[in-house]
Amino acid sequence: MIKAILIFNNHGKPRLSKFYEHYSEDTEQQIIRETFHLVSKRDENVCNFLEGGMLIGGSDNKLIYRHYATLYFVFCVDSSESELGILDLIQVFVETLDKCFENVCELDLIFHVDKVHNILAEMVMGGMVLETNMNEIITQVDAQNKMEKSEAGIAGAPARAVSAVKNMNLPEMPRNINIGDISIKVPNLPSFK
Amino acid sequence: MSDVVEKTLTALPSLLSLDSQPGSGKLSSTSKLGNLIRGITELTSKHEEEKLIQRELSSIKEQVASPNTSMRQMKELMVRAIYCEMLGYEASFSYIHAIKLAQQGTVLEKRVGYLAVSLFLNESHELLLLLVNTVLKDLQSTNLIEVCMALTVVSQMFPKDMIPAILPLVEEKLTHPKEIIRRKAVLALYKFYLIAPNQVQHIHNKFRKALCDKDPGVMTASLHIYLQMIKENPEGYKDLTASFVTILKQVVGGKLPMDFNYHSVPAPWLQIQLLRILSLLGKDDQSTSEMMYEVLDESLRRAEMNHNITYAILYECVKSIYTIHPKAELLEKAAKCIGNFVLSPKINLKYLGLKALTYVVQQDANLALQHQLTIIECLDHSDLVIKRETLELLFRITNAQNVTVIVEKMLEFLRLSKDDYTTIDLVGKVAELWFIETMNTVFSLGGDMMQPDIPNSFLRLLSEGFDSTEEDRQLRLFAVDSYVSLLQGEPGRLPQRFLQVISWVLGEYSHLREGLEPATTLRLLAKLLDMKHTSSETKSWVLLAMSKLCEGPDCVSLAQELSERHGGSLDTVLRQRVQELRHLSEDAELRASVLPRDAAQEPLEVDSSLSFLDGFVSEALSAGAAPYKPPHQRQEELAQAKALSLEPYGLSLPISMSSCSLADRQSPTLLSMSSGLSGNSTDLSHKGGSTTLKLDGVKRVWGKDGYLAQKEPVEESAQVEVPSPLCSPSRQGGADSTHSQTPTPTPTPEPEKEKQQLASSLFVGLGSQSSVCLMGKSEQTPQRFRRKAKGQGSSSGASEQISNSHYSTQSTVDNLLCNNLLDSTVTSDLAVSTPEQTPQLSQEVATTNGTCDAEQDLIEETDPGNSPSLIRANSTVTADPPAHKDPDRPKDSCLSSHLPAELAGLSHSEIIPLCSSQNLDLSACHVQKEDALLLVIFIENSSDSDIEQIGGGEKPQCVGVPVFPDGEEASGSRGAGWDGVLPAAFWGISSHAVLLQTSINQFHQVHCFLPSDLLLSMALLTQSMLVSCFCLTSLLFLCLGRPLCVSTEEYGTLWLAFSQDTKQNLALLNDGQDPLTATLDVLKNKLQLHVVDIIGAEGIVACRLLQGQPCLMHCRVHAGSLAVWLRSPVPDLPDCLLYHCQRALQEH
Repeated sequence: MIKAILIFNNHGKPRLSKFYEHYSEDTEQQIIRETFHLVSKRDENVCNFLEGGMLIGGSDNKLIYRHYATLYFVFCVDSSESELGILDLIQVFVETLDKCFENVCELDLIFHVDKVHNILAEMVMGGMVLETNMNEIITQVDAQNKMEKSEAGIAGAPARAVSAVKNMNLPEMPRNINIGDISIKVPNLPSFK
Repeated sequence: MSDVVEKTLTALPSLLSLDSQPGSGKLSSTSKLGNLIRGITELTSKHEEEKLIQRELSSIKEQVASPNTSMRQMKELMVRAIYCEMLGYEASFSYIHAIKLAQQGTVLEKRVGYLAVSLFLNESHELLLLLVNTVLKDLQSTNLIEVCMALTVVSQMFPKDMIPAILPLVEEKLTHPKEIIRRKAVLALYKFYLIAPNQVQHIHNKFRKALCDKDPGVMTASLHIYLQMIKENPEGYKDLTASFVTILKQVVGGKLPMDFNYHSVPAPWLQIQLLRILSLLGKDDQSTSEMMYEVLDESLRRAEMNHNITYAILYECVKSIYTIHPKAELLEKAAKCIGNFVLSPKINLKYLGLKALTYVVQQDANLALQHQLTIIECLDHSDLVIKRETLELLFRITNAQNVTVIVEKMLEFLRLSKDDYTTIDLVGKVAELWFIETMNTVFSLGGDMMQPDIPNSFLRLLSEGFDSTEEDRQLRLFAVDSYVSLLQGEPGRLPQRFLQVISWVLGEYSHLREGLEPATTLRLLAKLLDMKHTSSETKSWVLLAMSKLCEGPDCVSLAQELSERHGGSLDTVLRQRVQELRHLSEDAELRASVLPRDAAQEPLEVDSSLSFLDGFVSEALSAGAAPYKPPHQRQEELAQAKALSLEPYGLSLPISMSSCSLADRQSPTLLSMSSGLSGNSTDLSHKGGSTTLKLDGVKRVWGKDGYLAQKEPVEESAQVEVPSPLCSPSRQGGADSTHSQTPTPTPTPEPEKEKQQLASSLFVGLGSQSSVCLMGKSEQTPQRFRRKAKGQGSSSGASEQISNSHYSTQSTVDNLLCNNLLDSTVTSDLAVSTPEQTPQLSQEVATTNGTCDAEQDLIEETDPGNSPSLIRANSTVTADPPAHKDPDRPKDSCLSSHLPAELAGLSHSEIIPLCSSQNLDLSACHVQKEDALLLVIFIENSSDSDIEQIGGGEKPQCVGVPVFPDGEEASGSRGAGWDGVLPAAFWGISSHAVLLQTSINQFHQVHCFLPSDLLLSMALLTQSMLVSCFCLTSLLFLCLGRPLCVSTEEYGTLWLAFSQDTKQNLALLNDGQDPLTATLDVLKNKLQLHVVDIIGAEGIVACRLLQGQPCLMHCRVHAGSLAVWLRSPVPDLPDCLLYHCQRALQEH
């Protein structure tokens, strides 16, 4: 089971935190800090798994993380999850974000925390992996967005405009999340349903 | 459309200008969030951030409370509150509004509301009850999105008590036409199963339906449930094995829609899940396992693409294969797979490879052996995670033989690591490995002889524990485990004190081990009572432990039975204990109050004045009892009666342990007292017949200064592994095997060698002997070489003649014996070896004393320039008697051709004659092997007449004797006054004479042609020759010096480690282009030094004694001479080397 999903930037500023088990507010903050502390001091060319960590449940748990440009994506899982499987799940997550936000960057995560949470909710539900297929996730998210658009109508326009100009706004912020060396080719196949 | 543009334009300034006012109501709330974020980014200190957020929160609070705030504004406010909460600032005022938003908002707002709720609240939060109705309503909604949201929030958190309210609705969703709903419903039910398993028991059938769902996504979701349920109860779901196998087969076979492919691997996560389930089902179940062999094989075969996710599948496959009932063919493939993982350059795969090895190694230690060098590399890996994993692996393969090295490695890591978690984990492991096992050995060996405070302090340590409770628990658990297995073995062999310790520990802590029934422990303990030689003191310990343990009906009956059997015991203490046991077993409450668990460290209050008895006493007095008389008063009255012994109470009360006063005796001292015999106690109990510990492979771990050097275990292990075929009576076979087992050692680079040494010390004791020792073959010390005689002859007639003639050759002997260093110590040592010869020898010494000095000088002066060989020098001297000179010379070359084949290629000294008679010639030379110095003795028939008796005559016989390193005798005779290796080597040689004698005796037994008295004299001769040769320690260096190959860095650390240093200037050779290089080259060639590095005008050189101490030399060209600075751990070595350097340069 996935215990927590954390995203923070290179300075340890949290960009998203989702806990699937209950911790007190203080503990959660401490977990974020400690995780950042553990992960940030690791080189680029070491393995993506970290064991232990006092806070989040002890020896059974491990941290599986990936580092993309300015962001760390950390999944905290117990022993019933496959390490490499989760590692690729992070990749799927990031690629999905990339698709949904069209070149996702740190700012997207900041300004659209709710959307990121929604995407995550389609992938992981209550700590269990729900869906690993990027297209399927996007379909679900899109269906909800459609409703959002139809509902928000004209009122949503400013927000959209804002997202169009946001990159001009804070040029010191990094623009792109590097998807890494893997580029996925999504096969164009008819839906099997 | 124009509206849109207009609104966009109005929004822009607020985003672009930095000084926009956050309070302005006209700005959109998104930009408020933007402002907030920008504000935070601009801040520099935590304090400012706090102030800003507090301001933000109070503004949010104000707005959410305002009745005029619309739901849409509320939504934006919630997002801001979520942001603040994420940063760690509590926004508890917004919780209720989040629930309200989820309740009343439109779909879009509802979503944010639900999100906020799931982020803010937890299962036990009281406000959550307010959400139940909303969830109920949404579950019944026709809007799919609302249903989805409700299911999501339910699976994130839902009050346990409220599950029944929504359960029917969620169940209903299992048959929903939309697969996404069915899938989410399955996961929601799984969540219910996790938090309240008994409430979803009735829908197990529906789970099965979900497993058979036509949509693979729903099936995948249901696997979460099955994985969990099978983990809890594998027996209950064996019938599903076939289904899981079929599913996996279809998935692997590509039967799923292409949509499920990820990097063209069909549904990898599904495969992983299925493999995990299968491994749970097939564990310890042959018939179930057999069903899955085929599909596992198929999975292994298909997963060959070079992508991360295929490795994930492979890893699961391998784990499954090793978990289920083994099948050789699959195991082989899996082992290969693990090999690929371990050897992979990708660090993630290496990590998993190590993990897999760790998992596998308990079943198949050989796999670790195959990868031992990789493991060693990983031990020094820059990634701490890899390092830790490697230690974990080593932890699993720890046995009595490698425990020292592994614990040492762990401690090394411990010093590096600053992470609390790692530290605690490792410390526990070290303690487990080391402490309990060592103490077990201490107890079983030391037994009843040790002072009572040793077990006492051990128990106190165990009960007081260390800093962390988890660690304590581990330690105690380990102790309990090891003791239970000891008792299951042959407890009769264990000393009484150890039994007492065992029974106390079991009494206190056996409840820590889950699954260990108290009754089982009781039965084990009861067995002790029945044993003949269990002392009554031990019995009372055992009984007390039993009274702590007795719980449940089983135990009561056992206690009853015991009380019947032992109730009539003559020992009052024992009888009392039995009674206690019986009563306590019947009254659980009383027992809990008398013997509370984990109370061993609570201080006991002892009322020494016995005031609680006052009432009883006064009652008794009033009833007419006699008043108490102090003992001394009674003494006279009881003069003839026997007094009761009151002593045992003190000792038989283990609880008094903690109050016992303890001598200042801490565990390390205890450990060192045992000299670290780290024999595995579990082994001990299985050894069966013998009471003595088998000491093979056990090494000295503790010395005066703590751990002994790491090198020793290596040598030891090598020695342990070498079988001694030479001592076996089968001569021919023995000779052959010796030959085949000593190939010339292949030269390996030094760092490589170090690793190999480490490997052999780490992996010793794993797997079969032959595969254990990576370098065993090359490390082997050649014991003896022997050639089979062509013929045999008994020479009873010739014996006298020979022995007489031997004494007539004293002139030769004198030369050899004449040595000013042949002091009394040596003589006495010789006396030990051949007592009957001593008077003779001393006479000889006495008679030759007169000529001694002159000839000694001769040796020194005639040391020939072109050859550094010591023996050569001697041979010049021995050439004095002209009678022998001529026949000897040609012999040298012909004898050398008779060197054993194993030694033919090695450099040997000139062969010199030792003694000769009419019939026999005895000559010797020394052969320098890379790792040993060998003395070869030639025995030759010199006459033509007695061919028969000598057995062939034409061909000399020879015997090779290792001089250094030598056997156990040498190390045994190392005196206290002799520190350092040179004296040790010297001693080795003199004591070696004993060895030599036995070997010649053997030679005699084999060939049966030499009379025994001649042999003795021969031995003496050779011995004295050896002594005279080698006790010149400075010359010894020439025979024993070897290059020491180290890197510059290692040189640096070694340099700092050594204390003895000597400085001197040497002459510099000026013939070459580079004087320094030329000089060092000369030294290198003549003295077998290793030139480590030459940097500018400086050079560093290293050498070592054969299997002994190093000596480092630092040279610098200074004012036309070579300033050398030598360092070594041995005082004499630098001087000695310096002397030879001077010699070598002069000669050049």
